[in-house]
Amino acid sequence: MKEIVIKTEKLTKQFGNFIAANEISFEVYKGEIFGFLGANGAGKTTAMRMLCGLSRPTSGNATIAGFDVYRQTEEIKKNIGYMSQKFSLYEDLNILENIRFFGGIYGLSRQEIREKSEKLIDQLGLEMEVKKLVGELPLGWKQKLAFSVAILHEPSIVFLDEPTGGVDPVTRRQFWDLIYEASDRGITIFVTTHYMDEAEYCNRVSMMVDGKIEALDTPGNLKMKYAANSMDGVFYELARGAKRKAD
Amino acid sequence: MSLHEVQKEKQIKSKMKQFLSFIKKEFLHVFRDSKTMLMLFGLPIAQITLFGFALTNEIKNSRIVVLDQAKDIASQEIVQKFEAGRQFTLDRTLNNPNQIEEAFRSGNLKLAILIPANFYEDLQHLHEAQIQIISDASDPNTANTLTTYASNILMDYQLELMQNAKLPMSIDTDIRMLYNPELKGATNFVPGVIALVLMLVCVLMTSVSIVREKERGTMEILLVSPFHPFLVILSKAVPYFILSLFNLGVIILMSVFLLDMPFNGPVWLLFAESGLFILTCLSVGLLISNSTKSQAAAMLISLMGMLIPTLLLAGFMFPLENMPWPLQLISNVVPAKWFYIIVKSIMVKGLGFAAIWKETLILFVMTILLLLISYKKFNIRLS
Repeated sequence: MKEIVIKTEKLTKQFGNFIAANEISFEVYKGEIFGFLGANGAGKTTAMRMLCGLSRPTSGNATIAGFDVYRQTEEIKKNIGYMSQKFSLYEDLNILENIRFFGGIYGLSRQEIREKSEKLIDQLGLEMEVKKLVGELPLGWKQKLAFSVAILHEPSIVFLDEPTGGVDPVTRRQFWDLIYEASDRGITIFVTTHYMDEAEYCNRVSMMVDGKIEALDTPGNLKMKYAANSMDGVFYELARGAKRKAD
Repeated sequence: MSLHEVQKEKQIKSKMKQFLSFIKKEFLHVFRDSKTMLMLFGLPIAQITLFGFALTNEIKNSRIVVLDQAKDIASQEIVQKFEAGRQFTLDRTLNNPNQIEEAFRSGNLKLAILIPANFYEDLQHLHEAQIQIISDASDPNTANTLTTYASNILMDYQLELMQNAKLPMSIDTDIRMLYNPELKGATNFVPGVIALVLMLVCVLMTSVSIVREKERGTMEILLVSPFHPFLVILSKAVPYFILSLFNLGVIILMSVFLLDMPFNGPVWLLFAESGLFILTCLSVGLLISNSTKSQAAAMLISLMGMLIPTLLLAGFMFPLENMPWPLQLISNVVPAKWFYIIVKSIMVKGLGFAAIWKETLILFVMTILLLLISYKKFNIRLS
């Protein structure tokens, strides 16, 4: 039996009359790369915010790393990492200062921060750039750095909200190498993306349409089910049924 | 110590550590950004210099012309007196009344003095003589001040004359200008500049720095972290609080040593009251940042909403007593108005806390209210 790290049951978020997320139920396993797909406005962000403890669900249940999303948001926050589509490091601080800051707010000791930052800089090959302001780095490096910082505190789950937006294919591939590595270490990856080639890299993929999860399976099974050659076809097949307009 | 207590202590220690790394990061932001640095440290110096040397309302060396048609002892003595003071400089003597108008038109002439013929004789025999003072009233305040200076000079001369003759009765007016005998402008504007600079720095800097995190997407990262949102706000406020106190020190040193501003009251009281005012400003900045999404909007609201009312309604540029009552009423919600009174009382009048407890209380209540409102707004945004 695989260890479950995210479990939701009929998780719902309603804003007035608008049901942004409608009775979502799914499970994510430890070390899995879970793709969370959907057109703009399908409710991905709302669902993700609930899972991160940023937004209180209207109804339903969910546990993240074994903690309840209603009562244990503090515990959840300690056990997850997060990187958003917008770039998420401080551009006016240098690489080391960013690492120290994020290590600091996740409560790592000075010793831990020193060891981890050395390892991280070595791994990314950034020895020469340590004193450079992050704003001066190319976007691809920033994204890789942001991901490494997001898992600095060894969270059990890391949420990636369109992490590779605007990055070239080569760098995207390198970014996914980092993701695989983290997943091998047992970190669960929960990722949203608009790139269908990236969806192919995921262990399992869910498709959200109009606030509901319409499909959830491995990329291979989904392609078979919807008789498509690629995830692109699957996405198109599912998303064209959407009634909601993208925002 | 029980296990629970040990755990609790550990928790507090780690919270402190988080807090410190945050404050360190905020300081880095400030020191990295040349615009912020300029605003923080250039602004007070610029303001003091500007107000101290350029925008003074003391009037010195105003140019005057004299049309002396009498040319006798009395008229000459009077002209000499005008020349002696530092308020006036004699530009030239005219010969013809027609030249007066022309003289005013030709440039920065402020005052013309006309002494008619037979001035001394009239004074001697009729016990009454006339002098005409014509002033350029296009700037009414200056004209008023200058004619008062001129009348005083004439009054002095008259008193000298009277020493020879015995009057049956006389009233001596003994005027004393309390707290500021030399009528220096600094005593009026330095407290105003202190209020203005603290206001600008605290409101603008806090609101912009919080909104910047929202704009760049880093706020989301902070909210997902175990760092409590309330601490995010608090650690934003700490650096600006410290920097503002430093700023206050610079302004006070400059005004005391460069502008001869008196400092009669207790220094600690001024710093304590300023601390309170800084808190008020920080909470205004907080409220603004909670209600806006872009740095530009935050900046605009801070400037329009705080700077202009502070300039107009705090009482140091324009006396509040002369304003229509609706404006006087509105001025009561401008925090700088109360702080201005406090600073003036401490620095110039040398008063203690007993004299300013009311203003202090008002600022205190304002701060609490502002903090409550912004905390509520912040919570709403989170859910």
